Amino acid sequence: MSGACDACLRRGYLIGLLSARIAGLTGRPGAPSELFALEDGALCEAVGGAGRQEGLAFLGRFEPRRARADLRHAGVAAICRHHEGYPKALEDLSDQPAVLFCRGRLELLASIDDQPAVTVVGTRDATPYAIDVAHDIGRGLGVAGITTISGMALGVDGAAHRGALGVRGATIAVLGGGPDVPYPRSHRDLHRQIGESGLIVAELPPGQRPYRWSFPARNRLMAALARMTVVVEAGEASGTLITADFAQALGRTLGAVPGRVSTGAARGSNRLLREGAAVVRDASDVLDELFGAGAATSLPIEIAEPEIDPLERRLLDAVESNLDIEAMSTFAGLPVSETRAALGQLETRGLVCRDGLFGWRRTRRSPGREVSGPRA
Amino acid sequence: MPSVLASVPTFAIEGVDAREVTVEVDARRGLPAFTVVGLPDAAVREARERVRSALLNSELEFPLQRLTVNLAPAWVRKAGASFDLAIAVGVLAASGQVPASALDGCAVSGELSLGGSLRPVRGALPIALGCRAAGIRRLVLAPEIAPEASLADDLEVCAVPDLRRLVELLHDRWAPEPPAARRRAPAQPADQLPDLADVRGQSDARRALEIAAAGGHSLLMVGPPGAGKTMLARRLAGILPPPTIEEALDITRVQSVTGGADGLASERPFRAPHHTISAQGLVGGGTRPRPGEVTLAHRGVLFLDELAEFARPALEALRQPLERGSVDIVRGQVALRFPARVLLVAAANPCPCGVGGQRCECGVLTRERYRARLSGPLIDRIDLVCQLAPVPALALASDAAGESSTTVRTRVVAARERQAARSDATGAASNAELASGATRSLVPLDGPAARPLAAALDAGVLTGRGHDRVLRVARTIADLAGAEQVGRDHVAEALGYRAVAPGRTAAA
Repeated sequence: MSGACDACLRRGYLIGLLSARIAGLTGRPGAPSELFALEDGALCEAVGGAGRQEGLAFLGRFEPRRARADLRHAGVAAICRHHEGYPKALEDLSDQPAVLFCRGRLELLASIDDQPAVTVVGTRDATPYAIDVAHDIGRGLGVAGITTISGMALGVDGAAHRGALGVRGATIAVLGGGPDVPYPRSHRDLHRQIGESGLIVAELPPGQRPYRWSFPARNRLMAALARMTVVVEAGEASGTLITADFAQALGRTLGAVPGRVSTGAARGSNRLLREGAAVVRDASDVLDELFGAGAATSLPIEIAEPEIDPLERRLLDAVESNLDIEAMSTFAGLPVSETRAALGQLETRGLVCRDGLFGWRRTRRSPGREVSGPRA
Repeated sequence: MPSVLASVPTFAIEGVDAREVTVEVDARRGLPAFTVVGLPDAAVREARERVRSALLNSELEFPLQRLTVNLAPAWVRKAGASFDLAIAVGVLAASGQVPASALDGCAVSGELSLGGSLRPVRGALPIALGCRAAGIRRLVLAPEIAPEASLADDLEVCAVPDLRRLVELLHDRWAPEPPAARRRAPAQPADQLPDLADVRGQSDARRALEIAAAGGHSLLMVGPPGAGKTMLARRLAGILPPPTIEEALDITRVQSVTGGADGLASERPFRAPHHTISAQGLVGGGTRPRPGEVTLAHRGVLFLDELAEFARPALEALRQPLERGSVDIVRGQVALRFPARVLLVAAANPCPCGVGGQRCECGVLTRERYRARLSGPLIDRIDLVCQLAPVPALALASDAAGESSTTVRTRVVAARERQAARSDATGAASNAELASGATRSLVPLDGPAARPLAAALDAGVLTGRGHDRVLRVARTIADLAGAEQVGRDHVAEALGYRAVAPGRTAAA
C-alpha cells in the first residue's frame, strides 16, 4: 500500500532538511504556507543563505533507494500525492504536502474520503470537564465507526485518542515532528498504541523533532483531513483556534463544546459557538451534524445500572456538584464521619473515585443524575 | 616528690545523650607547665587560662608543677567550656587541696568564670541520666541547672555556686540546699493551650484531627488560604494525651541539649518550621551535629505548612525519621542518633490558585504539576487527608462554639488507653506503630469488616501498603467508638480519609 514517487519523497526530505531554517522564516507573513506552495528549487531560494546552498546540493545528491531503506528501517511508510492511498481531502489545501510519513494502519488514511472522519482538538491545560467530554466524544465516535483525528497533545487531544482506543475505535494522530518521534514524551505509550492500532501521520520525515511552525502546519492537515472539527475547550489565545480557522477556511463543519462562561478556560471555544459553530454535547451531536439528525447513532454503551439507595444518590449528586466534604455532609444530612464512610463504600463499589490527592468525582459507572442537585 | 594522679568523671554531650569522659590530671615536679591532651578543641584548651584564674581568685593554690590534663577516651571529640570544672577539680585533687576519696562516685560539669563561680552548661538532664547509667551517685552543677538535673532518679544533685563552696563540699564542711524542683508529674497544660472550641465549622478537619491524635496517625489538611489550617494544627497539642513521665523526660532531654529546658516539660512540643528550611535544619546535622526540627518535635507535633513549597531534598530527608522514629547522623568519626518520634501534620492549598472546589480556575496541567509536587516524597507517609472548607462569614459570626479540646482529649485518652491495653499483644504503643502483621491480626480479613477492603483491593483502588494504613486507621476509629471489633463502618471511614498518591488523571 505504501508508495511515493522519487520526486515527492525528495520533497519530503527537503522540508525535513530545511525545517530548522524554516523556523526562522515563520515570522514573515504567509509563511510557511507560501513557502510550501513553492517548487523545490524556488523553496531553496526562498529560504536563502546557507540553506539555499545546502538545499540545492541536497536536491542533486538525493538517493531515493537509500531513503526508502531508511523508511523501512524506521517502520514508516511514505504516501505521496500521486498515490491512490493519498487522501483527496488534502487537495483542498493550496500547500498540500507532497508526501505523508505514516506509521500504523494505512487503510485509515485511504478510507477517509469515503467514510468521514472527525477532528477533536482542544487545549493542553484542560479542565477535568473538558477531558471527560473529549474522552466521551472519542469513545462515542469509535463506537459509531467514525475515525477520530487529533494531535496527540496533552489534555484534550490525548483524551480523545484514548476514548477511541478504549473501544477499539479508529484514531489518527497528526504529529508536528517525524512520525517516529513521540511528542510530548510523556505520551510515549499513547504514541506506541496509536502506531499499533491506529495511524500516525506526519509531514516531516522520521527522526525530525517538531518546530514552532510545524504545529500550525499540522493543524492545517488535521482540519483538512476531517469532514468536521470539534473544539472541546480552548482559551482566548489557544493554538486550537488555528485548527478551527483552517476548518472554516476549507469549508469544513466546525463544532464546539460549550464551556463555563465565568472562567477563561473556554473563552475561545465559547466564542466559536457565539460565531455560529455547531453546539456539540456528545458524539451523537457530531453524528447528527455529519449525517443529518437521527441518521446515524452511536451505539449506547451498556452500563449495568447499579443499585443505589436514596442516600447514596444524594451523595453522588453532591460529588457531581463538586461540593467539599463539609457541604456534602450537610446536603446528605449525615455527620462527616458517616459521609466519609459512605464515600469509602461508594469508592469500593467503583461509583466514585479520587480526584487527585483529595476530593472525589463520579466514575462513568455511576448512574446519571435524576434529581436536581445542590446549587452552590 | 612522686607524681600525684587524680581522675574526675564528667560528661560530653553527643546528640541528646551524654558520654562519660574522665579527666585525669597528673602533677609532677619539673618546669611549671599546663597542657591539655585528648582531642580538645580551642575552647577546651582555653580552659587552662580560666582554671588558673578561677583557682587563684578563689584563694586556692595553683600548683607550680608540671600539670598534664588528659581527657579520656581520647578519640571522643571534646568541645566547649563544660570541662573547666572537672579540670579545676582534678588540679585541686592532684595538688592535695581536696581529698581524692571525696571524688569517688562524684561527677562534675560546669564552665568557670575567672572569679571562680560556676556557669551553667547545656544538657544537664542527659548528664544526670548519664550519671545514673554510669553508677555515679553525686553530680555537681551550677545552681541554675540543678533543678533540671534533679529530674533524674536516685542521684544527689549538688547546686554549687563557686569553687570555694565546692572545696568545702568535698571536705564535708558544707552541704547545698537540695534543688527546689523535684520530679513531679507533668502539669495539665490544657488551660494555656489554644482551644478547639475557637474553631468554627470544619467538622471534617476536627474529626480527622481527633483520629490523628487518638492513633498517632499523620495528617494532611487541604484547604484554601484562611480556612484555618494552622489554627487547627496548633490545637492538636491540646487534644493529644498529656505526656507520660517517660515522654516528658524525653522531651526535656532534647530541650536540655538545645538549652531551652525549664523543669520537666509539661506540654508536647509543637514545631512549625518555615518552608524554606534546609534538609539539615529539618533532620539535624552540621559539623558539630545539632538536632533538627524533627528532633525538637520529638513526642510532639511537627507541622509543615505549605507542604508543596518545601524543597524536595528536605522532604526526602524526612522519610527515614518518620519511618524509624529516629535520625542517624554520621559526621566524620561521629555517628549520632537523635530521637524523632513525631506526629506529622502537613497543610497545603488544594491547587495553585488556592480556591479549590467549584471556583477553581486551574487547568488539569497546572493542577497535575502541583499535585505531583505535593505527592512526591511524603504522600506515602500520610495516613489521613482531610478537607477544609472556606468558612462562610455566617459560621464565623455565629456563637455556636465547637467542642472544647478537653472533651475531645477525654475521648482521645480513652482510645489511647485501649491501645495501651493491647500493647502487650501487639508490641506497639499506638495504632500508627502497629507492624503490618499485627494490623492484619486485629482486623479479621474474612469477617464482614474486611469486605469493603477486599472490594477496594479488587477494584485496584488500594495497594498493599495502603491496605495496612487503612487497617491501622480503622482500628483507631474503632477505639474512638469504644468498639472491641473493627466494624465495616470503621473500615469504610478509614477508606474515606485515606491519602491517595494521584496517578495521572486517568480519563478512563
